[in-house]
Amino acid sequence: MSSSLSRDDVEKVARLARLRLTEAELDLFTGQLAQILDHASDLAALDLHDVAPTAHPFGLINVMRDDLVEASLPPEEILREAPDAEQGRFGVPRIVGEEP
Amino acid sequence: MNARTTAQRVRRGEISAVSVLEDSLARIHAENPRLNAFLRLDEEGARAAAERVDALVAAGDDPGPLAGVPIALKDNLCQRGVVTTCASRILGEWRPPYTATVVERLAGAGALLVGKTNLDEFAMGSSTENSAYGPTLNPRDLSRVPGGSSGGSAAAVAADFTPVALGSDTGGSIRQPASFCGVVGLKPTYGLVSRFGLVAFASSLDQIGPFSTTVEDAALTLEVIGGHDPRDSTSLRVGAPQLVAHVDDGVAGRRVGLVRELFEGADAEVVAAVHTAAEVLRAAGADVVDLSIPELSLGLSAYYIIAPAEASSNLARFDGVRFGHRVSGEDVTAMMEATRTFGFGDEVKRRIMLGTYALSAGYYDAYYGQALKVRTLMIDAFARAYQHVDLLLGATAPTVAFPFGAKSHDPMTMYLNDVFTIPTNLVGHPAISVPFATGEGGLPVGVQLLGPGMSESVMLAGARILERDREGL
Repeated sequence: MSSSLSRDDVEKVARLARLRLTEAELDLFTGQLAQILDHASDLAALDLHDVAPTAHPFGLINVMRDDLVEASLPPEEILREAPDAEQGRFGVPRIVGEEP
Repeated sequence: MNARTTAQRVRRGEISAVSVLEDSLARIHAENPRLNAFLRLDEEGARAAAERVDALVAAGDDPGPLAGVPIALKDNLCQRGVVTTCASRILGEWRPPYTATVVERLAGAGALLVGKTNLDEFAMGSSTENSAYGPTLNPRDLSRVPGGSSGGSAAAVAADFTPVALGSDTGGSIRQPASFCGVVGLKPTYGLVSRFGLVAFASSLDQIGPFSTTVEDAALTLEVIGGHDPRDSTSLRVGAPQLVAHVDDGVAGRRVGLVRELFEGADAEVVAAVHTAAEVLRAAGADVVDLSIPELSLGLSAYYIIAPAEASSNLARFDGVRFGHRVSGEDVTAMMEATRTFGFGDEVKRRIMLGTYALSAGYYDAYYGQALKVRTLMIDAFARAYQHVDLLLGATAPTVAFPFGAKSHDPMTMYLNDVFTIPTNLVGHPAISVPFATGEGGLPVGVQLLGPGMSESVMLAGARILERDREGL
């Protein structure tokens, strides 16, 4: 299977990933990503319908701890590292307008 | 002076931790401006630690197995209050509010944490050229890359700045720079070392491990940082490993598989080094047999789907809201786009987009789904091999360190560097690179020993033989 990755695909993926690309970057990345996906086409060609997937080398089990109150990080220390904070919260550009 | 000797002499009061630290800092101040191995030093913190160690010794107390040993940390490991960048612009001047478990354990063992080392941005790369703060130079040849992604840590040990450094290995990021810089680099069994406080790249593959000048120091460091940590849900339920006591166990009676897929296609001098290593192990009493594990050739493709897929998810948290750098925008989406577009370098953007694509509807089964199944094939293939042998032998990297710019224009060519190191990460096993020979231009060539999960003790004993009997580096 050869990759059919198009410029439009890359534009869409960049939008999903919250990245803005210039026209020149779109051209460059489309070529490079297509090349990487072409290399991965040996995977798509394998018949693996009876093989179980492995997402994790040793399998994951839920880890539980006793439901006890423990010290957590002080909010002021966390907010000190935020680009914008007010009233004990992270500040972001307005999401909801004031007028309907 | 290596870590074990340093700690022994400090514990006996023969030398002070403060003097060891000042020697280390003097070397760093003299050479680091040229090499760019360290991004940042914590001299104040290291001096305070050295004084504590000396005070303990003076009071007749034992400061621990790494007493007075200066250690460098890859700058994707969090240390409370010390700026952590991951060599990315997006983290800005972020000061973590917590400390990684490995860093706590090193400090608790008396180590002196001198600073944070350069890396490929978010540990994505094989040359340290993808750092937002400029590349690190290889101390063996300043015109060449140190390897990556943990290039700063490898260079710090090779330049004798510190006898030990920590790196992280997702697809070879400890072993390949170790090979390029002529030092020992160990990637432990997945889950043996806590990832708490390691900035995540690909969570099912990432593992922290040591760089050192000797195999024994790698064993000593792993003893300190290994063992269960309740703060990492993937941490294995095992105690601290006992390794130093077994380093000189030798390889008599051990069976070693010389794996064709782990050296074919490498430069002739690398292939020759692997064959010489096989002879050295044989002479030490190992039974070395030729092996072929064809499934290993699928590793590179599977890795470059799985790792970007996990990265695209892990790096979604860098959005300018809670930490790091923000570029303002008219609304939240515009702010996040502007922040990520400015903050991430090209390689990180490539992998985020590749992973987003591989996980998207319509392509998930063909790419990510198939890659996860290939992972199963590889686990089964390794398990079959380890029914017959105790260890596997191969090359670490296909070449010696390459010149700056030689591969940075072509991502796929760069990725091929990792072909011999990636299989280990996909199956969660340990592996070690030992400097063993020299190649083109007198540059170091590492060979790689691999073992099944939790076989560090046997693997280190094999590595010790290679170190003891290698040809003059």
